[in-house]
Amino acid sequence: MSSNKVVLEVEDLGINFGGLRAVDNLNMTIHENELYGLIGPNGAGKTTVFNILTGVYPPTDGTIKLEGQVINGKTPHEIAQLGIARTFQNIRLFKDMTVKENVLVSLGVHADYDVVTGMFKLPKFHAQEVAMEDEAMRLLDVFELRDDCDKLARNLPYGEQRELEIVRALGARPKLLLLDEPAAGMNPQETENLMRTIDVVRKQFGISILLIEHDMKLVMGICEKITVLNYGAMLACGTPEEIQNNPQVISAYLGE
Amino acid sequence: MSGVVMFFMQIINGLNIGSIYALIALGYTMVYGIAKLINFAHGDIIMVGAYLSLVLLNTGMHWSIATLLSILGCALLGFTMEKVAYKPLRKASRISLLITAIGMSYLLQNSFQLIFSANPKPYPAFINLPSLKLGSITISSNYYTTFIVSVLLMILLTLFVKKTKMGKAMRSVAEDEGAARLMGINVDHTISLTFIIGTGLAAVAGILYSNCYTIISPTMGSLPGIKAFIAAVLGGIGSIPGAVLGGFILGMIETLVKAYISSQLADTIVFLILILMLVFKPAGILGKNVREKV
Amino acid sequence: MKKVSFKQQLLIELGITLGLFLLLQVLMNLGVITTYWKGIFITICINVILTVSLNITSGFLGELALGHAGFMAAGAYIAAVFSKSIALIPSVEFPLALLIGGLFAMLLGYLVSIPTLRLRGDYLAIITLAFGEIVRNVLLNIKFTGGAGGYSSIPKYTTFPWTFFLAAACVLLSRSLINSRQGRAIISIREDEIAAESSGIDTNKYKKLAFVYSAFFAGIAGALYAHYMGFLQPAYFNLDKSIEILVMCVLGGMGNITGSIISASILTILPEALRQIADYRMLVYSVVLIVMMLVKYAPQFQGLLAKFKHQKEEEA
Repeated sequence: MSSNKVVLEVEDLGINFGGLRAVDNLNMTIHENELYGLIGPNGAGKTTVFNILTGVYPPTDGTIKLEGQVINGKTPHEIAQLGIARTFQNIRLFKDMTVKENVLVSLGVHADYDVVTGMFKLPKFHAQEVAMEDEAMRLLDVFELRDDCDKLARNLPYGEQRELEIVRALGARPKLLLLDEPAAGMNPQETENLMRTIDVVRKQFGISILLIEHDMKLVMGICEKITVLNYGAMLACGTPEEIQNNPQVISAYLGE
Repeated sequence: MSGVVMFFMQIINGLNIGSIYALIALGYTMVYGIAKLINFAHGDIIMVGAYLSLVLLNTGMHWSIATLLSILGCALLGFTMEKVAYKPLRKASRISLLITAIGMSYLLQNSFQLIFSANPKPYPAFINLPSLKLGSITISSNYYTTFIVSVLLMILLTLFVKKTKMGKAMRSVAEDEGAARLMGINVDHTISLTFIIGTGLAAVAGILYSNCYTIISPTMGSLPGIKAFIAAVLGGIGSIPGAVLGGFILGMIETLVKAYISSQLADTIVFLILILMLVFKPAGILGKNVREKV
Repeated sequence: MKKVSFKQQLLIELGITLGLFLLLQVLMNLGVITTYWKGIFITICINVILTVSLNITSGFLGELALGHAGFMAAGAYIAAVFSKSIALIPSVEFPLALLIGGLFAMLLGYLVSIPTLRLRGDYLAIITLAFGEIVRNVLLNIKFTGGAGGYSSIPKYTTFPWTFFLAAACVLLSRSLINSRQGRAIISIREDEIAAESSGIDTNKYKKLAFVYSAFFAGIAGALYAHYMGFLQPAYFNLDKSIEILVMCVLGGMGNITGSIISASILTILPEALRQIADYRMLVYSVVLIVMMLVKYAPQFQGLLAKFKHQKEEEA
């Protein structure tokens, strides 16, 4: 399914918070159109890895390359523009904006009309706004959110808020999408549906996805490659079968 | 008067106004530390304290009782203010809380203006101890009383926060409200207590201030209030020793600028210090950096 | 749902603006609106510009700015100095003065935005407050514009059409700004700065944009005010003035431009129409601030409101 082209390459990544080594010596290679799982017990440093990859925290050491370009030290918006979009474990939507506007915010980054064009509603503004709106609707269709497009984001049910966050991230037109426990708080049925949609998204948009989960079983089913984190360090890395049979992983999970 | 004597006089002036700023800054810093709110109305409590004590003194009451009652009155006001205006908004956005606090400040100023008129009123100063003579320098009794009372209160407050159970509760709420609640600390009571202590200290500051300047008006609190806030930021907001340090530094800078550079530009310079401080070291001299959780 | 096209919307907006102007102008010519009330309409228009422009930073960007009077003062003084020292025909000189007032305030807005970028809401509010006070203090100390005594004999160029059309421009441009990608970026910062950044929004750039835009119109409002009064005093541009604009903004609803127009009009007319309450103006303002916030954001009030709505529905 995935080609050999490398999208993200992480080398010897590490970060210190004061005296705490939150992530240590992490290596990871994500290929084009790959669905990659990052798992580990709670507190293993998974979200910290996301925060480093997206520029929220600058890494203490190591390098991150997106399609060969080093991105350490770049700001979160620069990294987003270069092609890494994300969702958050604790949902962060623009709650008092409509569902459609949430998507238009990230889509707007790719429009190029300037302030004056927008203020005076010049023709270029019209053309690009209409195009953006169409694209927003098409993205909302993926999660069947089209009918809710004029609702305020805060009025969506919990599960749909999580989905809208994914749509907004897709609006940033990422090469790599980071999903932070997208199924948190969902029941098994909803979770299964979501996982299926995520797989569809990956194929339809041709993007790579890095998925955080602490439920190992869930990830095993859909991910092609998995990295297991424990106490900030890489415990194992490989295909689901390799992970399942890795004695260290078994002891880390069963020994909990 | 020689240059040296003049300079010492200015230092004493600086200590005097500095100790008043420090007293007010303590209230700001404690409330900010615990309720994460810049209580704009805090400066106006100085004014309320001054007027309360004026009214009570005019009834012929002994100064000690008048002072005590004014402090209690301000503490009650602080308590009510928190319960009525701030507590319901604890979960709301910061900006709405701040707007409410600005509203509170204007409410106090303007209601006192309606009751007592906008005209300044003379204040019957009651601190009449003998002046202190140090060589050729004479220090009037308000000056050293202000200094001594302020320093004493700061020491008491520090001991209270460090040693008593309630003080420890305060510190834990400031550190992490959720965790404090889980540990069985009554967060509501702790916040109320913080407001009571903060406004009580502001009342003392108001009375000391009025004794020095002997003229009071409904807007007297706003400028010292803002300056005290700057002092709290300078020292590191949320830090008690920081507020004291910031208060004295600010009082000193302001006095020296007035004496040696320009009295008209003193406020501008103080505000510039605030901006520079916030730009280059927003955590203040003794404060610590906090990072937002993602 | 059939949507009105962009073009139709634009025509409707321009039509309403022009219609309202003609109506007011005819009433003024007929003498139905007296000279006294004409003055009030000019003040309303100036206040609309101030309120709408403050709403961009405080309502849409979500940062409490307490130095709006400072930008207004800067624009007012610069424009006044320009038109007093330059002798051109008024129809050239006045627009230039307005532009210079706006641009100078814009420059200050840019300078103020730099330190604010790194700071959170409450510190930012204090910085803008300090900025406003610095402007006023500096004006007090400039001998050349009369210091505290005031700056007088500024040519009185400001007319009703000028203020009306500038206010209309401010309203319409602000609305288009808010509905553009730049506007949505500004609102997204208010909603969640971290999420905005990770969606690719350069938050610093858009914060600057909001500040600069807001300051520009405050400067224009100041220039209009200067050429309307013919006289300026630093004391007018104190913190109370900034708070007054904030009150108009809060009453109309943060992030609501139509609300800003209505509340700026009401709060300008009210003290004029009811002279008795003029003394209580600031007191009323303070109550407005507190009550608006409690009603809007306190859970207790929201519970009450929901109950009330429920009852009404049952009755119906």
